[in-house]
Amino acid sequence: MKRTFSLAAAAALVLAMSGTGLVIARAKPISYKLPEETATFKTTDDVAIVQNNCTACHSTDYIQTQPRAQKSKRDFWQAEVTKMIKVYGAPIDEGDVGKIVDYLAANY
Amino acid sequence: MITRRNVLRGATAVLTTGALGAVSTRSFADTVTLPFENGERPLVKYPQKRPMIGLTSRPPQLETPFSVFDEGVITPNDAFFVRYHLANIPLDIDPETFSVEIKGTVDKPLKLSLADIKKLPAIEIVAVNQCSGNSRGFFTPRVAGGQLANGAMGNARWKGVPLKTVLDKAGVQAKAKQVVFAGMDGPVFDKTPDFAKALDIDHARNGEVMLAYAMNGRDLPVLNGFPLRLVVPGYYGTYWVKHLNEITVVDSVYDGFWMKSAYRIPDTDCNCVEPGTAPKATIPINHFTVRSFITSVQDDAKVKAGREVTLRGIAFDGGKGIKEVAVSTDDGKTWMPAGLGKDLGNYSFREWKLAVKLAAGDHTLKSRATSNGGETQPLEPRWNPAGYLRNVVETVHVTAS
Repeated sequence: MKRTFSLAAAAALVLAMSGTGLVIARAKPISYKLPEETATFKTTDDVAIVQNNCTACHSTDYIQTQPRAQKSKRDFWQAEVTKMIKVYGAPIDEGDVGKIVDYLAANY
Repeated sequence: MITRRNVLRGATAVLTTGALGAVSTRSFADTVTLPFENGERPLVKYPQKRPMIGLTSRPPQLETPFSVFDEGVITPNDAFFVRYHLANIPLDIDPETFSVEIKGTVDKPLKLSLADIKKLPAIEIVAVNQCSGNSRGFFTPRVAGGQLANGAMGNARWKGVPLKTVLDKAGVQAKAKQVVFAGMDGPVFDKTPDFAKALDIDHARNGEVMLAYAMNGRDLPVLNGFPLRLVVPGYYGTYWVKHLNEITVVDSVYDGFWMKSAYRIPDTDCNCVEPGTAPKATIPINHFTVRSFITSVQDDAKVKAGREVTLRGIAFDGGKGIKEVAVSTDDGKTWMPAGLGKDLGNYSFREWKLAVKLAAGDHTLKSRATSNGGETQPLEPRWNPAGYLRNVVETVHVTAS
């Protein structure tokens, strides 16, 4: 409804201005298409646990690009999973946390 | 082993000597390797963008290939870096129906359309935008977060309306303390804190903080905040809220997650701590640290020995402007002053140049900028747990033959 109104208003403005030699170009709506996601998790028996718990909010490359040379991979990924739950409100079951950390520490 | 990447690296090294200056290498490769552990990235093509270094695809995060910074001090819109926090980003935007609200502790709340904003007297500022975590991948020890090399920065000519103009129209009340900014992008889950940033009221009204609708003479690219974004000259990109549609004046210090908990730096003189340790107290990140880069030769490049070679690069700081850039070709033992290029204002990249002759052999090149405020780049890196503020003197190794 609102859009129809503004279209009509813009058209009226163009008409009103045309007599003065001014041309008002109407800005067009933009529809932006993101490319397909291509990054995927390493396939292991446990991959479903990260697919189901991590990828609703972000793509897999967020995980893949983290530094691998950590003193303790488990500590690193435990801290990340905890941050996702406590800080960003990720709806992850407490029982799944250990399995997610295991998968991430083993594969990334 | 000859891989596609090695071929590209070889081609780049030739290019930096100027032998094939007109030839672009970027479309030949589908991956690049940033110079730190686990640095392999795809080169990705997005609408309105040239091939960029892909960090993450949802939300989209794109890094500028470093060679772009040698093309000129203005970063083209199609090469400008992209950083989002939350994956629910606006993809269908109608500039005819878009509006921004100014509300809170104001006498007269406003809702301005893009056309309303474009009717107000415009200003233009050339300013660097840089991600707080630019260069995070170089931190030792490494820290979690977006693993960026040096390409999460860019310099553009921004056009828009001073924030002060619209705040004055709304009539800021005397008790106002801060102004909070939010955009059309949001979280996937309600429990994730929505992205919002705040500036002190005096900063917000300094006449330079701007609601920008154009960048380098064109509409903002969608991924850089179309149709309107906040521009905070000299401040890190976290404050440059994209798709800006909500401006709220508040009478307290805003305590939302993205100010109170995220984007904090150590409250110490150097804003740094002993590597691997946590700071006792923190403050919100604010203006850029002073930085400089050599852009005309990349690491491991080959140059002609015994002949004059012009080294070129860029420098910038948090808004005082660049006073001098010193260059060393002997790993920092001696320094020579570089000539400074055209002054596009204190918030812009400043080009520098220096002609040198290098004897046959390996050379370690460094550049070191000093701001008009007296801030100089440190020779050793400073560390903080979030991987922000990196500004160590950069080093480039070349071989002259």
